[in-house]
Amino acid sequence: MLDKILFYLNFPFVQHALIAGVLIAMCAALLGVILVLKRFSYIGDGLSHVAFGGLALATVLKLSDHNYLIMPVTILAAIVLLRFGSGEKLHGDAALAIFSVSALAVGYLLMNVFSSSANISGDVCTTLFGSTSILTLTIHEVWVCIIMSVVTLLMFCLFYHRIFSVTFDESFARASGIRVRLYQTVIAIMIAIIIVLAMNLVGSLLITALMVFPALSAMQILRSFRGTLIYAALISMLGAGVGILISMVASTPVGATIVIFDLVIFLIHVGIGKVWRAS
Amino acid sequence: MYIRCKNLSVGYNGASVTGKLNFEVNVGDYLCIVGMNGAGKSTLMRTLLSLQEPIGGEILFGETLERFEIGYLPQQSEHQKDFPATVWEVVLSGTLGKRRGLFYNRQQKDLAMEKLQELGIAELKGKSYRSLSGGQQQRVLLARALCATQKILLLDEPATGLDPHAMQQLYRILDELHKKGITVIMITHDLNAISHATHVLHLDARKPFFGTRESYYQSRQWKLFREWEQGEVSAC
Repeated sequence: MLDKILFYLNFPFVQHALIAGVLIAMCAALLGVILVLKRFSYIGDGLSHVAFGGLALATVLKLSDHNYLIMPVTILAAIVLLRFGSGEKLHGDAALAIFSVSALAVGYLLMNVFSSSANISGDVCTTLFGSTSILTLTIHEVWVCIIMSVVTLLMFCLFYHRIFSVTFDESFARASGIRVRLYQTVIAIMIAIIIVLAMNLVGSLLITALMVFPALSAMQILRSFRGTLIYAALISMLGAGVGILISMVASTPVGATIVIFDLVIFLIHVGIGKVWRAS
Repeated sequence: MYIRCKNLSVGYNGASVTGKLNFEVNVGDYLCIVGMNGAGKSTLMRTLLSLQEPIGGEILFGETLERFEIGYLPQQSEHQKDFPATVWEVVLSGTLGKRRGLFYNRQQKDLAMEKLQELGIAELKGKSYRSLSGGQQQRVLLARALCATQKILLLDEPATGLDPHAMQQLYRILDELHKKGITVIMITHDLNAISHATHVLHLDARKPFFGTRESYYQSRQWKLFREWEQGEVSAC
């Protein structure tokens, strides 16, 4: 089996998939920690549906690069959702239900009515569950992933303390003069970008898992914020790397393999956490 | 004078919940803000902290008090209960407001350590915040607030969820801080807290009260409030 993996690793498209997959997984986990801690996991889910709608629209419009449409739409949705989430009038989850279901419905309708492809259900399945698009990345897309992860890492390193303050206690942060809105907006934009990128990896339905599982796993066993961030990023990268390799060797769908691998890691951590707390 | 409110009314979406308030907080005061549920206590607090705009009237800050030089102890929110953070991380974050730098310097770390020692929780430094008892968590948040201010503390229902012992301990700590010259503003629904205060602001849309503790004990609002609170307790 090792031979088989080493053989696969010679192919540039495998290398590209691994680099992009591991980096996206890292970013998703870092931002996922914030989403989980702020009780915003549902936003990740909703945004992925919006991204699906955007993708469908872009396909129908026959844009040369789908991201030109998906990115702005998803970023806009992220900003709107985070604003509603902290607002008093409209509850975040209600706003979201409307948003995500509509985006999903519109997306599917568009694909169905206007699609020129013969295999519509295949197309839909690919965008929802990711299947092979990670293996057909262009070098340009790989670079986008690399740049995004550098930006994410830089942001977390430079603004780590302020991100902590805003995540732990928004009111206190605002009362002590930190520009909470600015940080929230930046985080929302980055989450949107990562979700669009992650759509290639695991498909739009499984993105939430990529953001939420590593964070939850880390929270089971670690007590510091810094430790949780680093650990979540590491196990997420491990999950993506191993998941991609397994899926190649065993010919399973990439997205589902990664998510199930993350789920297993999560369950193990729940077990460890239980044992630790008991002792 | 630290804070003076002239005809201040606070509320949401243009609708005032408090009526017009006139009160001031001077250096060394210990002000308790009381009132029925929905009287606008937390809204007033948020307005004083510049987290929201007043509906009418104005808030004047004394020349010696900068806008963000207030140590705030908010009510604990649900998501903090399983937040992975060490006590040290939480307390240090109190020093962020003052500095522009990206990382903590020696001064900020010293300040955080000093406050931990002052509140007798230095040994909790490496502990996880979520593993602490309610009283300990409250002291950690108090240490964080003290890192943000030398002058004035604002506490939002700090006694909520504490057992009577932890509550007494909190009041004793606040008394000590008050003696050291820190001004205290506390929202509370605990009648016992009032005995620690120098001034009381009773929120009531029709008939608010502001004055010293002694004059509050003579007032009609106090009588009503006491009856109401006791009714609440016996109803439980």
